[in-house]
Amino acid sequence: MNIPNIPKEKLKEIYTKMTQTRHFEETAARLFTEGKVHGTAHFCIGEEATGIGVCCALDKEDYIAATHRGHNQSIGKGMSLDRMMAEFLGKETGYCKGKGGCMHIADFSVGSLGANGIVGGGIPIAVGAALSQKMRKDPHMTVGFFGDGASNEGSFHESVNLAAVWKLPVLFVCVNNLYAMSTPIEKQMNISDLSQRALAYGIRGVAMDGNDAIAVYLAALEAKEYVKANGPMLLVLNTYRIMGHSKSDANVYRTKQEIEQWKKRDPIPRMRRQLLAEKIFTAAELDAIEAQSKKDVEAAVRFAEASPNPKVENVLDDVYAKPGMARPAEPWTAEAGQRGDR
Amino acid sequence: MREITYAEAIREAMSEEMRRDPSVFILGEDIGVYGGAFGVTKGMLAEFGEERVRDTPLSECAIAGAAVGAAITGMRPIAEIMFSDFITIALDQLANQGAKIHYQFGGQVSVPMVLRTPGGSGTGAAEQHSQSLEAWVCHVPGLKVVIPSTPADAKGLLKTAIRDPNPVVFIEQKLLYRQKGPVPDAGEDLTIPLGVADVKRSGKDLTIVTYGRMVQRSLEAAKALASEGIEAEVIDIRSLVPLDAGCIIGSVKKTGKVMIVHEACRTGGFGGEIAAVIADSEAFFHLDAPIRRVAGLDVPIPYNPVLEANVVPTFDAIVAAARDLV
Repeated sequence: MNIPNIPKEKLKEIYTKMTQTRHFEETAARLFTEGKVHGTAHFCIGEEATGIGVCCALDKEDYIAATHRGHNQSIGKGMSLDRMMAEFLGKETGYCKGKGGCMHIADFSVGSLGANGIVGGGIPIAVGAALSQKMRKDPHMTVGFFGDGASNEGSFHESVNLAAVWKLPVLFVCVNNLYAMSTPIEKQMNISDLSQRALAYGIRGVAMDGNDAIAVYLAALEAKEYVKANGPMLLVLNTYRIMGHSKSDANVYRTKQEIEQWKKRDPIPRMRRQLLAEKIFTAAELDAIEAQSKKDVEAAVRFAEASPNPKVENVLDDVYAKPGMARPAEPWTAEAGQRGDR
Repeated sequence: MREITYAEAIREAMSEEMRRDPSVFILGEDIGVYGGAFGVTKGMLAEFGEERVRDTPLSECAIAGAAVGAAITGMRPIAEIMFSDFITIALDQLANQGAKIHYQFGGQVSVPMVLRTPGGSGTGAAEQHSQSLEAWVCHVPGLKVVIPSTPADAKGLLKTAIRDPNPVVFIEQKLLYRQKGPVPDAGEDLTIPLGVADVKRSGKDLTIVTYGRMVQRSLEAAKALASEGIEAEVIDIRSLVPLDAGCIIGSVKKTGKVMIVHEACRTGGFGGEIAAVIADSEAFFHLDAPIRRVAGLDVPIPYNPVLEANVVPTFDAIVAAARDLV
């Protein structure tokens, strides 16, 4: 790996977003225990390098369809910590005006088409977004995130096949954390290398260590150009979910030793060691980044806590869109240009 | 006025919108060179090409999901699902994704898509190709649901549905595809708003509230009843969501008697909702008789033509129920 070829600013961005995600989730978990949050959350602690490595390789105009365990994907794509935390607390200033919760956050202004409460539900949407890009002659691409569990859904099969047939600019990123809720991968499928699934669709499939943020970033950079030129590709990022599936998980399906083993491969200290070994950052610089991330999350909590709750009288707003509403993803750019009245 | 078929009217609506707006396109199974299982998209490939008339693999989930993804990123897709029975495979994308996106993301983006699909029995295709499943989708906030009964309505409502910023489920009636009716000339930009019922026949003695294929049968029944001195008012609701409750309530206040006719199974059918809308309104105080439903039997659609014809409301059943009511 040739770290020096990556601009220092980009490395700082990756490390910042990883530490922000970690602090965001640790803070969210604490808010749960303090009884300040209702609902649930699915934490990606241990998986930060996957979503952040990939999203830091994307352009703002590229799209992502994120998962229910996608805080890293959302932060990676540039979503605001303030509005994410506000949504987590169900506030009016949240990304969904308090109506979606952190399982459903989206920010169309940065190309995030939304996290998804349905396992595998975002994969067809990613294909549709890539189809739209191709039809509009938009030179950008789409990433569809999903997990090992989702790769057993019919939506995966239908979507990857359709994208392959139409050669759409979509990168399918499988975050393989070895468990679908409690079910280990060996009870879910008869293969251990998930990238083999690409063969069935006639597309390129690559599996790699998903806990190495810099390697993931470099792979995603290359994959981004590959899918724009050639059509879809499957990138499998092997990782591990350190926390339970959701807040109610008692972790009875795996051993403490297994979790401890994976903690040694934690992607954040690992990136720190790489950056120090290559002498790109000093320990003091990295400490300062971490401290700033902590402050950013604390500021997000203050923003969220100070924000108003949504009003009950507005609960019916936005069930239906009104004619003529502005479309943030308004991008009809084909030469023809003439647009109908929307 | 010229006469064209229901299928031609639908094709004309799509073609006009595709000429008008480059973001409109259609995707579905066998809609290209084959022209669609019922011939609705015949000839569209030649005019618009493979890029905008997109044959898909047999993948209803991906068809609906690709439509959702395209709709939220600047396109206006029309997804064709070959038979409405197959929406089972597409329902996650329709009900959990498309219907929710505008609300759950705080109104950030709209989902301007139409899912067209033919419903109804009468073709001998039996249990898995003949259902009337509109009540399923009516139950999901965020979706609009339209079922036209004439070529003119089909054209005007579809053009409006394509321009609507929300996901619209447009259920066509396969037995009506080849029926002709008067439609204003092409290019007149015929649009009909969603949520406005059409009184297809005026009358003072009872109200028949219906939609889809049963509109015609109800009109035939009304004609027979008129020869007996019973004047039935026939309301075609045209769109189930949004529903023109005012039209229904106003008519019932006038006639004092109402029956609801639909092909779909009685239990959980949309007729129950219409009955409740009437009973919940001031029309209740004008009722001279209980609200009647003439609906499909609670049974899968059988194959044998005699059996098939008798599990949905027949002409005789509608006439008998009306006589009984009056």
